[in-house]
Amino acid sequence: MTKGIDRRQFARLAGLGGVAFASGLFAHTKAGRVWAAGAGAAGDFYFVQMSDTHWGFSGDKVNPEAKNTLRKAVAEVNALAPAPDFIIFTGDLTHTTDDGNERRRRMTEFKSIIADLKVKTIRFMPGEHDASLDAGAAFKELFGETHYTFDHKGVHFIALDNVSDPGASLGAAQLDWLKADLAKLDKKQPIVVFAHRPLFDLAADWDWATKDGKLAIDMLMPFEHVTVFYGHIHQEHHDMTGHIAHHAAMSLIFPQPAPHSVEKKAPVAWDPAHPFRGLGWRSVEADGKKASVTFAEHALKA
Amino acid sequence: MRGSWRRPVAFAAATALVVAGCVTAAVQNKGPEVQTVKVVAKRFDFTPEEIKLKKGVPVDLELTTEDRVHGFYAPKLNLRAEIMPGKTAHLRFTPDTAGTFLFQCDIFCGEGHENMDGKIVVVE
Repeated sequence: MTKGIDRRQFARLAGLGGVAFASGLFAHTKAGRVWAAGAGAAGDFYFVQMSDTHWGFSGDKVNPEAKNTLRKAVAEVNALAPAPDFIIFTGDLTHTTDDGNERRRRMTEFKSIIADLKVKTIRFMPGEHDASLDAGAAFKELFGETHYTFDHKGVHFIALDNVSDPGASLGAAQLDWLKADLAKLDKKQPIVVFAHRPLFDLAADWDWATKDGKLAIDMLMPFEHVTVFYGHIHQEHHDMTGHIAHHAAMSLIFPQPAPHSVEKKAPVAWDPAHPFRGLGWRSVEADGKKASVTFAEHALKA
Repeated sequence: MRGSWRRPVAFAAATALVVAGCVTAAVQNKGPEVQTVKVVAKRFDFTPEEIKLKKGVPVDLELTTEDRVHGFYAPKLNLRAEIMPGKTAHLRFTPDTAGTFLFQCDIFCGEGHENMDGKIVVVE
């Protein structure tokens, strides 16, 4: 066990900028969120989720600080004490481009910026902006595999790739791989799944879904303690499929409107009175033995 | 839903319908009972971006692309087609519910992909 953080410490972390949920996440209900300070679970470890940084994006109407936003987030995460065990980027590291050389240049620049993170265990996943135009080729060159598993202190982590297929599917080969991985696990094994797109149909007509995501969810359903963290929709969002909780993270470039809240989906305009509003990152405290998780949303500071 | 009715042999005269205030599909009558709508995809829009249809009347969406492969996806109508360059894709169905149904390109095609969408308006 490395640096465990106690409840008081985590409440302090949550106080750095956000809302904290002690959701009993592995057995989460929509109504079951409570403030971290009132939660019972002192964590075994915690990690940070950063998402949708879209390095290379430019558009002053939605983020005139695009060149500084990722650096600000890096500085905020570096201020965490104790440091998280690891950091995961859940896709759209870069903003898409038709030019493969430019894509690699953006990925290289992204890597040089996040090299300033003090935490050196960093895991990456692609988003459709990184991988959908070249089936993940540039991503694999710069960051490695697009789907993988790892275990950390009693929790089994599964990173799924629902973006290398430009049609937003996991595909039969990856589903077979997932089935084989899950076959090795006890049904009580705490599992955290990372994905870029939502695995469920949050808003399929806004491209906020995975075509064959239900097949993955069906495979995960027999497991008692499953939580999914994802990105793509550029906002905090919480939903359930049965007992499986799905939590979308804020973006680090621009927010999107709530699902179906406007007639046409478009990035939320930058508000000079509230710079960086709607942008942020997440810390997740997990305890494999107790099969519990607490997480906090950290709004990026102005 | 697709391909559930037979294609009439003879085409009647094309009739363009224009609805004020929006871009509207050109609807042709292939027969007394078929609404044919030509939809052209290109990065990053559909023309027309609003397709107006009459409830209960069979539809043939004729989908083509001017550049690369795109998708046409209207999940709430259970409609999906891949639009390949040089080919015409057809979606044949009969709308049985009035309302507005969003469609989008569902094959990621570049920076403007998120805005490549439109709506089908089914009227009584």
